[in-house]
Amino acid sequence: MTGPRVALFATCLTDTLYPETARAVLTLLERLGCTVEFPLAQTCCGQMHFNTGYAGHARPLARDYAAAFDGYDYVVTPSGSCGGMVREIHPGLCGTSPAVERTYELSEFLVDVLGTIDVGAYFPHRVTYHPTCHSLRMLGVGDKPLRLLRAVEGLELTELPLAEQCCGFGGTFAIKNAETSTAMLADKMNAVQDTGAQVLTAGDNSCLMHIGGGLSRLRAGIRTVHLAEILASTEEEPWPVGTR
Amino acid sequence: MAGRNPVTWLGSPTFPKAAHIALGDTQLRSNLRKATTTIRTKRAGVVAELDDWERLRRAGEAIKDSVLADLDTYLSRLEESVTARGGVVHWARDADEANRIVLDLVRAQGAEEVVKVKSMATAELGLNEALEEGGVHAVETDLAELIVQLGHDRPSHILVPAIHRNRAEIKNIFDREMPERPASDEPRDLAEAARRHLRRKFLSAKVAISGANFAVADTGSIVVVESEGNGRMCVTLPETLITVMGIEKVVPSWQDLEVFLQLLPRSSTAERMNPYTSVWSGVTPGDGPSTFHLVLLDNGRTATLADRVGRQALRCIRCSACLNVCPVYERTGGQAYGSVYPGPIGAILAPQLSGDLHDEQVASLPFASSLCGACYEVCPVRINIPEVLTHLREQAVKAKGKRTPEAIAMSAAAWVFADPKRYEAMQRAGSLSRLLARDGRISRLPWPGSKWTATRDAPSIPEESFRAWWRRNRE
Repeated sequence: MTGPRVALFATCLTDTLYPETARAVLTLLERLGCTVEFPLAQTCCGQMHFNTGYAGHARPLARDYAAAFDGYDYVVTPSGSCGGMVREIHPGLCGTSPAVERTYELSEFLVDVLGTIDVGAYFPHRVTYHPTCHSLRMLGVGDKPLRLLRAVEGLELTELPLAEQCCGFGGTFAIKNAETSTAMLADKMNAVQDTGAQVLTAGDNSCLMHIGGGLSRLRAGIRTVHLAEILASTEEEPWPVGTR
Repeated sequence: MAGRNPVTWLGSPTFPKAAHIALGDTQLRSNLRKATTTIRTKRAGVVAELDDWERLRRAGEAIKDSVLADLDTYLSRLEESVTARGGVVHWARDADEANRIVLDLVRAQGAEEVVKVKSMATAELGLNEALEEGGVHAVETDLAELIVQLGHDRPSHILVPAIHRNRAEIKNIFDREMPERPASDEPRDLAEAARRHLRRKFLSAKVAISGANFAVADTGSIVVVESEGNGRMCVTLPETLITVMGIEKVVPSWQDLEVFLQLLPRSSTAERMNPYTSVWSGVTPGDGPSTFHLVLLDNGRTATLADRVGRQALRCIRCSACLNVCPVYERTGGQAYGSVYPGPIGAILAPQLSGDLHDEQVASLPFASSLCGACYEVCPVRINIPEVLTHLREQAVKAKGKRTPEAIAMSAAAWVFADPKRYEAMQRAGSLSRLLARDGRISRLPWPGSKWTATRDAPSIPEESFRAWWRRNRE
């Protein structure tokens, strides 16, 4: 039996800054029987340009995306915001394409396409989960990430207060309105610290970069780990976390 | 400044600068946090009671869209109906024209003081200031609006203009401005002081000025919904009633009201039904005002209507649900937006009504959002605020031109992303940034990255990207 032929859309942020997340997606999907490829023609979905007011620059990037990911059964990305950009915004920029229609955020792909909740993961830590805005409101992933986390052996899930409030990243918002962004981050960090969790996870490295950057500055001792890395971790091969 | 649209307050700083001041005000932040958290929780509760909320939202959206598509027809019908029932209809292109019409009408009655029911349209026009210049004093009768007026302050919320004030601050304002001081800062005593103050005004006023939540084209009926009953006093006691209404407030028939009278109170005050709904159609001899004037206000609305993406902002029923869920509004308050329309809806409405994205302050508004989408999620008429924000950002960027440092950086980034080879070369070059890092984090970056590292560590770029790893291991 051969599984679906899946293209991994790593996103520019993960490819460049967090390669371990992309390797985790690869490990996880291969463990679940998928054939995974990484089309080297991929770069960026154009979200930063589009959201900052440069739709003209985002348009060719959206076209390149459609071309790079044409011909796969599915495209899977470990990012709610980039997945949201592709599914919700690309059609308005350059029309829809098979690549756009087959793009899934990781937790959606696992639950909706592979029909899996228990991916055989083992992660013996106390974890809290931040539902990132775009996965929540653009893609509507709902509680899929939580269902996946609850099925992870050894993992103790603690609820994050006011979880659905934005962490204040917002791409260039974090620079353009740095002080407001920082005020939002401060509240998010307080909430994370209140949970007593050792690990904060989410389905988007951009939000984790923001919250993790703040926690690191505070020397809060809480690690940020992408959901994919938790799901890739097994008892035989624990995922090496702790580098950020 | 001549010809400037007063939708935004003259001399307001750009949003980031105004936010800096607001963020430093710990009392303000605590007042806002308390108020928005309370109303947010209550709203979620009453909305959850209805199992057809989504259908109601879609109905509200559809009614508003069909009205906007044939606005001229509905407005003509409204004018005919109002006139047939003894009202007089006036058309105002902009703030100056509307203010002049109202001032002339007030002067014709020989009134030196008028009472007002809270109205966003007249706040948008700066009508009170225009009347004052013309020798007429306008008394705000909505409690929160009165607090703002007596405090010589500016509103910071659509529904609760004095949301940024707590009880002690309100007591101080009343002590200073009212002939009879309130007994204490208990809500009951504050309300009682305001009631005595306003009662005298209601009984002496010959002219009242109101806004309108809705106007029914079929019957010429104007609808005002409120919580305190002060509006009811305004629209029934004085001899002359002048209503100023944005042209987008018209609905076709009474049947359409049913949808909005469910959507509005639950979204705004988190009530199943608002305490007072006042409806009047023209004039009725022996009952209420003997003269009724309706001023239909454009002030940038037809220009907004012409924008395919932006026009959805005209669906807004001013419920303020988007303010109460907005994480940016919760931290900065409404005054940072420099307009009577703050929060997410203000960030798209004010720039469109003012129509000037060359203005630095106006152009900063569409960027006052992290695009988290909570506003779209709660909007009872499904205004896709993030969509309009990015649309207006594009216009703001165009207005600034291609030679700003940001535009040049964005072009460069697009050029890099356009070619995987260039992109990979940049990754390799960027990975040298790890030399700046300690324990894998960077605590200080040059401008504009310094805005990030002022409060947050940045990750360093690892030596090997995923792409490079894939090439080494899988190709």
